[in-house]
Amino acid sequence: MVKKIYFQSIFFSFFFIKEAFAAESGGMPQLNPEFWVSQIFWLILTFGIMYLVLSKLILPKISNNLESRKSQILENIEAAEKQRESSDAKLKEYDEIISKSKLEANSIFNQAREKALKDIGAKREVLDKQIDNEIAEAEKEIDALRKNAPDKINKIAIETSSELLQKLIGAEVNNSSISAIVDDLSKRNGDKYYGN
Amino acid sequence: MAANPMSQFDVYRIGPEIKVGAFDISFTNASLFMILSTISILLIFNLGSKKNSILPNKIQLLAELSYTFVSKMISDTAGSKAKPYFAFIFSLFMFVLFCNMFGMIPYTFTVTSHIIVTFVLAAFIFIGVTVIGFIKHGFGYLKLFVPSGVPAVLLPLIVVIEIISYLSRPISLSVRLFANMMAGHTMMKVFGGFVISLGIVGGWLPLSFSVALTGLEILVAFLQAYVFAILTCIYLNDALNLHH
Repeated sequence: MVKKIYFQSIFFSFFFIKEAFAAESGGMPQLNPEFWVSQIFWLILTFGIMYLVLSKLILPKISNNLESRKSQILENIEAAEKQRESSDAKLKEYDEIISKSKLEANSIFNQAREKALKDIGAKREVLDKQIDNEIAEAEKEIDALRKNAPDKINKIAIETSSELLQKLIGAEVNNSSISAIVDDLSKRNGDKYYGN
Repeated sequence: MAANPMSQFDVYRIGPEIKVGAFDISFTNASLFMILSTISILLIFNLGSKKNSILPNKIQLLAELSYTFVSKMISDTAGSKAKPYFAFIFSLFMFVLFCNMFGMIPYTFTVTSHIIVTFVLAAFIFIGVTVIGFIKHGFGYLKLFVPSGVPAVLLPLIVVIEIISYLSRPISLSVRLFANMMAGHTMMKVFGGFVISLGIVGGWLPLSFSVALTGLEILVAFLQAYVFAILTCIYLNDALNLHH
């Protein structure tokens, strides 16, 4: 119901307004030639001035601005490309230098190791020789000592026994008989003492 | 004045009557808005072209976008031969656009809602294009009225139709802009009148219509300027690159 009244009121008001317009209007002002000449005159004047200023002063400037921006951007892109290329080249160079120096370092290390090994070998040989010599000498000495030992022991035994006898008996005993006895004993017991 | 939707198109004198011979060239409200549009265009584009920075500010961006927009429109429709006429079409587009847009401000006058203004523009374009066509192609330009691949029997009829369609170009061009602007503004005024007459109870519906119409009219204001410019480009294309 409310809706109906609403639309009815719109409808009737439309009629009312139309009548009011019809009473007032005297056609389209556009078709009244009173100011046509004035409008043409001012149109030509303003449009002409605007066209002249735009075409002679402003539009060339804008197109210049656009051109210069475009060229500058292109230049910058080119420069960036160049720099990228040079940095790529430098990176390659750097890689080469690194790999080369790695190889060099490796070879130096190897050489040093070989040299050190050689040195160590040589020194070891010398030392081995020295040690061998010393061992041989010591063995010789020991051998000599070993060889002399029974004789000395025999001598000591003989002398000691003769002195012992002298002290015990009070008479001198012939050394040669004693030595014969000692020899006989030592021969018998030699194995026990020397372990040969 | 407020009740009549046509009274917004009234032209009235501002200041004294100026007469040159028999012609009345008084300064009117139409002249005022032509000058306002012109000055705004020149101001905006002057500001937009003053500094040349790599990163444009807003007004420079506006100017440059308009420039590329119009130049792309011309090169798309009329090809590279239309380059010398760029400044004219740019001025035309901007002038019509600014006049239309100024008309969208309440209490202003819409210059392009007057048939005489649009007709002068269209007639100038028509004459200019015809002259360019005859200069470029001589009497060969008349081939425009003889489409290729038409049977000989139909040819007289087709030629007559072509000539009529060619001659009606300035009329269709001017009436299209004028009628669009006038109809839109009249409609807005009518709906505005409804808001008043229906008052607080029933005024909301026409008010919402008015709001929607305002958006539509802003679109139409741009679109008609674009159509005016692009039709000029198409006519220019016919004159420059004759292939019918």
